[in-house]
Amino acid sequence: MNGSTPIHVTSLLIASSLVFVTLFFSYWQKLKLEKETIISVVRAVIQLVAVGYVLNFVFGYKNPAFTTLLLLFMTFNASYNAAKRGRAIKRGLSISFLSIAVGTLVTLMILILSGIIRYEPYQIIPIGGMIISNSMVALGLCYKQMAADFKNKREEIETKLALGADILLSSKEIIRDSIKTGMLPTIDSAKTLGIVSLPGMMTGLILAGTSPMEAIKYQIMVTFMLLSTTAISSFISCYLSYRGFFNNRKQLINRPEN
Amino acid sequence: MSFLEFSHVSFTTEDQSILKNLSMRIESGDFLSIVGPSGSGKSTFLKLCCHLISPTDGTISFKGKNLNEFNPMELRKQIAYCFQTPYLFGDRVKENLEFPFTIRNLPFDPERAEEFFSLFQMSADYLNKEVKNLSGGEKQRIALIRSLLFNPEILLLDEVTSALDVANTKIVEQVIASLNKEGTTILWITHNPEQSRKHANKVLEIENGELRSLEAIR
Repeated sequence: MNGSTPIHVTSLLIASSLVFVTLFFSYWQKLKLEKETIISVVRAVIQLVAVGYVLNFVFGYKNPAFTTLLLLFMTFNASYNAAKRGRAIKRGLSISFLSIAVGTLVTLMILILSGIIRYEPYQIIPIGGMIISNSMVALGLCYKQMAADFKNKREEIETKLALGADILLSSKEIIRDSIKTGMLPTIDSAKTLGIVSLPGMMTGLILAGTSPMEAIKYQIMVTFMLLSTTAISSFISCYLSYRGFFNNRKQLINRPEN
Repeated sequence: MSFLEFSHVSFTTEDQSILKNLSMRIESGDFLSIVGPSGSGKSTFLKLCCHLISPTDGTISFKGKNLNEFNPMELRKQIAYCFQTPYLFGDRVKENLEFPFTIRNLPFDPERAEEFFSLFQMSADYLNKEVKNLSGGEKQRIALIRSLLFNPEILLLDEVTSALDVANTKIVEQVIASLNKEGTTILWITHNPEQSRKHANKVLEIENGELRSLEAIR
């Protein structure tokens, strides 16, 4: 943190007035988001303070098994959240866990084998966190799209089933659309990197005093890893979850909506 | 042994009883017209026949074997179902007619498609037409061809002529009647009283989910 400016708690308290802007708009426009905004802000502060202490501890505790355990814990939490987004998905939690775990494992392995990062907690935990949270968002989108499609495209699926098609062939378009929906935000944000926004990691590094040329190298790595992770996780989750919309007699069943 | 047999079949959803204790037999080569008011359970009856849904009570058997014992995909290839509103997928007609071949891992046979085009008095040029440019009547005929390409043993028709004009209705009726003469068993839902008796040898009346009558008329 050679060039960074330390932030005082009082400065943060003043900055918290920005939350009132959100509350004002919510109240003014009757969005009814006041309660949710307050809860999210309080949660964010508590979680970040906690994670600050935990990371301080973890980074000093260089046991790889502990780092792995922490990654698994993060994966589980992300899976739980993704599954909540996809209530219509049967076995949502286990499918999410497997998809996120495989996506994270493959991406981290490539990054480690290429020598970009080392299996050290101060590198693995923040990078793993980015990967896992990105997968979680992608999965939530996949599930939402899939549940909506299975509801709205009933006719199309039943037509294909009635012709004697297997459930995979009958659902192929839906699976494809759902994977796309999960991946598109990451692809779109990659397209506009540096033009629309300076992404979080790069901004963080620059604020911490890293030269922009060094910071973009990290950002390029992050872009690659997020693309690969969303692709892997979306692919696995969609191909595992479509079956839950059929029974063992290959009939389309009604699943609860999200 | 009956060709298709319903034995005490009921179908209930979470909040509604759609078919109640239906028992009946359909013989091979029958032409059965199914009549009854809207919402009486006619479409559910057809969906049960091709195993798109299963009875919540009772059994349905085909050639003496419970439908649950069949491979659902193989069964549906023998019992074809045409929906009231035809759904054509993809961009072109060809994709729809290729689909039954893809399911069977066979290469597409355009000659076979052309035979059916001529049967339905359509030109072979339809193969490359865009789905979005087709009229309701054309869509319905393409959907019928898609179901007929591999000669199903039973053809289930759910008000397939309800959106067709007189000329198109006549063409479809003629094709269906000729298929029946060649041995295909037909189960046809219709609201038209004249149509229900024109070619059928049996008329089934369903009301409020119950079998009101099964009349042999030929």
